[in-house]
Amino acid sequence: MSLKTGPFISRIRTRLPAVIDGIALLYADYPVSEAEGFADFHLALTQPPGARRWFRPQALFEFDGVSLFKPLPLTQALPMLEWGLNWCISNHAHHFLIIHAAAIERDGCAVILPGPPGSGKSTLTAFLTGNGWRLLSDELALLSLDDGRVTPLARPLGLKNQSIDLIGRLLPGARMSPPCADTTKGTVALLQAPQDSVFRSDETAHPAWIIFPRFMPGAEGQLQSRSKARTLIDVGHNAFNYSIHGKRGFELLSHLVDSCDCYDFRYSSMDQACRTFDALAPGGAAFKAASA
Amino acid sequence: MLGKPERVTSLPLDLWDLAIRQAREAGVLARLCFQLEDLGILAQLPEKPREHLEAARTLALKHARDVRWEVTCLRSVLAESGVPITLLKGAAYLLADLPPARGRLFADIDIMVPRTRLEEVERLLLHADWVPMVKDLYDQRYYRRWTHQIPPLQHVLRHSVLDVHHTIVPPTAHAPVSAAVLASESLPLDDDGQLHVLAPEDMVLHSAVHLFNEGEFNRGLRDLLDLHDLLSHFGRRPAFWDRLTGRAEALGLTGPLFLCCRYLDRVLGAPLPDRAGEATLQWQPSTLKRTTFDALFDRALLPDHESCNDRLTGAARWLLYVRAHYLRMPLHLLLPHLARKSLLRPADVREEEDRRRRQTRIEQLLRTMSPPKNETDRRQAMQRSDQIGIGSES
Repeated sequence: MSLKTGPFISRIRTRLPAVIDGIALLYADYPVSEAEGFADFHLALTQPPGARRWFRPQALFEFDGVSLFKPLPLTQALPMLEWGLNWCISNHAHHFLIIHAAAIERDGCAVILPGPPGSGKSTLTAFLTGNGWRLLSDELALLSLDDGRVTPLARPLGLKNQSIDLIGRLLPGARMSPPCADTTKGTVALLQAPQDSVFRSDETAHPAWIIFPRFMPGAEGQLQSRSKARTLIDVGHNAFNYSIHGKRGFELLSHLVDSCDCYDFRYSSMDQACRTFDALAPGGAAFKAASA
Repeated sequence: MLGKPERVTSLPLDLWDLAIRQAREAGVLARLCFQLEDLGILAQLPEKPREHLEAARTLALKHARDVRWEVTCLRSVLAESGVPITLLKGAAYLLADLPPARGRLFADIDIMVPRTRLEEVERLLLHADWVPMVKDLYDQRYYRRWTHQIPPLQHVLRHSVLDVHHTIVPPTAHAPVSAAVLASESLPLDDDGQLHVLAPEDMVLHSAVHLFNEGEFNRGLRDLLDLHDLLSHFGRRPAFWDRLTGRAEALGLTGPLFLCCRYLDRVLGAPLPDRAGEATLQWQPSTLKRTTFDALFDRALLPDHESCNDRLTGAARWLLYVRAHYLRMPLHLLLPHLARKSLLRPADVREEEDRRRRQTRIEQLLRTMSPPKNETDRRQAMQRSDQIGIGSES
């Protein structure tokens, strides 16, 4: 089966029921074809042969016929597909500058949200994209090498641990894969990307803000401006292929940071975060203040 | 496609799909990109395959920058000792601006130093953070005693891998090669005489002996293209072919040179010029041996991709691997070694090693995605950035 997610076509081969069901649930709205044509990535999720088929069964991720990762317990096959896809993109799609960041959009302007695991980036992204923002990406922000615009890669959002229940409560209509316990990242569940974001996968966006989110109990949800130099270094650290692009990568990132408003954002409640981000959007108070 | 790249403009997308995958597995995707660019047809290609070609080119350019930087670092580490460094294989092609360097991906850097200076070089490298990758004592001894290199070194911070050789074939090989003879013809790359590359003929012979006698074929097609590029480049020089065949005889490397010529013709359809081709015929082995070689090399020299394999490909690669061991050392040394390493199941072992190598890459990737392990690390990282003046809020 060929599945189109953002600019990438992946040909996926699997017989694992959990993966088939997961794809049916999470990728219901994506363009799919059975036709032979060009695919960017050729993936397979299989079970290793031998006794492990019955005793503590495992799943194996293959990239074009070669297994890349240690096998994981069979129950983690679906998250493994997502991690594997991320690996394919960050290791091969060097026609983009790829930042380890979420990205959301409103009125053509994008917010880039870099953040290490645990910063609450996915939870925040899930909530904001459930409340008026368009999802560009949950994990990999793709910047065009020509014009620096963000190409959408709306894929399922990876939620971890307490975030799973939290988002389940805050976005009651959202569809999620069954939680998968004991992964290296704890319990994970995948949240379906909003339908509108999937349908608008061809609409690129102009990056306007870089915001480093951090969940912090008691924080007041204020944006604090951060230095451009520091932001450049931090975004560079968060980019998968910054060094691969050499001078061009430096120029592209400098231009990005120069043209964006850069903030730290410590928040403790989703509603408060949502208000702050809404004020950012063109027409919002922060946007007017910034453009004045 | 590699032979007649101008034909690709009419290739349908499903064949592009296969071509990109095979070229990637064979390590020649970026090379193909440069070739198509030179022909002026890259821009006319369909968007999808072009993106993959250009992405591979971007990565290859990064590798080239990195290798140049590593060579600069090596020079400064060994500068005071005055030890001459001969670059081998990829690093030599790159620093000497030879055609096989274009679009090349590097797994490691190979250098050669005089055997008498080996200990000193290893000590200096260790002080400069190059540490042995092989921890096992038996393996360490095996490298030092029976091979033409010390155990591979890895830089602690940059993770680059360095192979330090003292000649180009193992001293236990059926035809050992004297490093002094190689050094006497090597060419300086710089004014201070620190960096060298092998003479053109020796470079070709080394490339051939590496491909045909070392039993590693996952980049077999790439290595054959290296030979093709080198021979096309040097072949224009007067008397090159006579010098090449003469040198092969002098160094006892006529076997690999014969195989090189045979498979350039069979696999790439690029035979040697008449006189040189005829010269190599005098070294051809018996018909039986030739037929066997063809059955093995015709398979092993294709890209290591599932679409290129038939039922016998695995066996062919395995037999060539065994042959390489046999060529490397006489049986009374080889058998105990094989018993010790249980290489009777090399397919499994190598698959596991391959996987481990890839995993290391993935683990490195995951590490870059994780925050510093603890508060102290984080604070230190911040202090470091503050010290260089990027920490202050403007």
